[in-house]
Amino acid sequence: MLEIFTRLADWATYDALALDRATKLADATHFFIEDTTKIFFLLFVIVFVMAFFRSMLAPEKVRGYIEGKSRGIGYGLAALLGAVTPFCSCSSVPLFIGFLEAGIPVGVTMAFLITSPMVNQVAVVILASIVGWQMTGVYVATGIGLGIVGGFVIDRLHMERYVEDYVWKIRMGEVAQIEVDESLRGRVRYAWDQANEMVRRVWLYIIVGIGIGAGLHGYVPAAFFAEYAGADNPLAVPFAVLVGLPLYSNITGIIPVAEALLAKSLPIGTVIAFMMSVVAISPPEFIILRKVLKPQMLVFFATFLSIAFVLVGYLLNALFT
Amino acid sequence: MKSFKVLGSGCKNCVTAAKLIEDKATALGVEVEIEKVTDMAAILGYGVMSTPGVVMDGKVVHAGGIPQPDKVEGWLKG
Repeated sequence: MLEIFTRLADWATYDALALDRATKLADATHFFIEDTTKIFFLLFVIVFVMAFFRSMLAPEKVRGYIEGKSRGIGYGLAALLGAVTPFCSCSSVPLFIGFLEAGIPVGVTMAFLITSPMVNQVAVVILASIVGWQMTGVYVATGIGLGIVGGFVIDRLHMERYVEDYVWKIRMGEVAQIEVDESLRGRVRYAWDQANEMVRRVWLYIIVGIGIGAGLHGYVPAAFFAEYAGADNPLAVPFAVLVGLPLYSNITGIIPVAEALLAKSLPIGTVIAFMMSVVAISPPEFIILRKVLKPQMLVFFATFLSIAFVLVGYLLNALFT
Repeated sequence: MKSFKVLGSGCKNCVTAAKLIEDKATALGVEVEIEKVTDMAAILGYGVMSTPGVVMDGKVVHAGGIPQPDKVEGWLKG
């Protein structure tokens, strides 16, 4: 069914724009048109369908599910729910405080916050349609696994010391009950608005990501990557993570870049380490989290995740090559 | 006179939500008072974890995202 986007790109590139098939410009243009149409279509449809069935979990509900669970169950449950609960990163702070206020351990809360930006339904469908189910499965398992391990380590090292003191004093009111329009018309309106809002929020990341992907695809020869970031260069993985640290993108925006890198025969572990580094560790997210976490914990958090990404990169490269 | 509080950390969506209420109120000729609440203790005190949230005359009427325009009109007319 998604071949239609390939055909559309074929037509637009070779017929409408009359570009010569063998050229770099044609390659890049084809990549750009196919990915732009496909990704925006999928993004809109998935968010619309999820919102229509109200399958979008509210963080307030998630808090209720995790509250009172033992730590053992808590990490896994929080990481899984982090993967299926969409929330805007600007809600990270109230969400963090709300979880702690319900008695949920810091590590379990962080498991939720680590997994959430990396894995979600939109990312799964788009990733699967572009790079296949195997890579998607590995990516999802890695994202959830890192949330669980990260949360566990944070509790083990008693990182709750590094939560800002005022956080512990906040008392949350009873969770507000909000009326929702359950009629068909109400659901369609709600789903339509959610899908529009999502597109408005992430379109720039997607365009930039596809632009970079198209540039890599069309203009950077595979030999370049083979030389500098191939499977036999042990420094490629840490380098990929380091490059990703200061960069920030929504997961949807990084997928086309990953697609182009994989097409240049970059090993899967290196690509996943890079994606996760871009998506999960970013200056804006850290500025937000600084409101509730002391600098020591932020430094630990960034260091831990970076090392974890490097290890995961090596592990996946060893497993899949 | 209706009193609105927009709960949020000051992110773009919160500003948009406050602006939406203000614009709709002007269009409908309803007198409103809009306050942006950025204090986390106050936001959580309302039982809201996903921002932006909207409080009308002391009651939480919305949470998690920019409210739909017709919903806002409903509040103003109600």
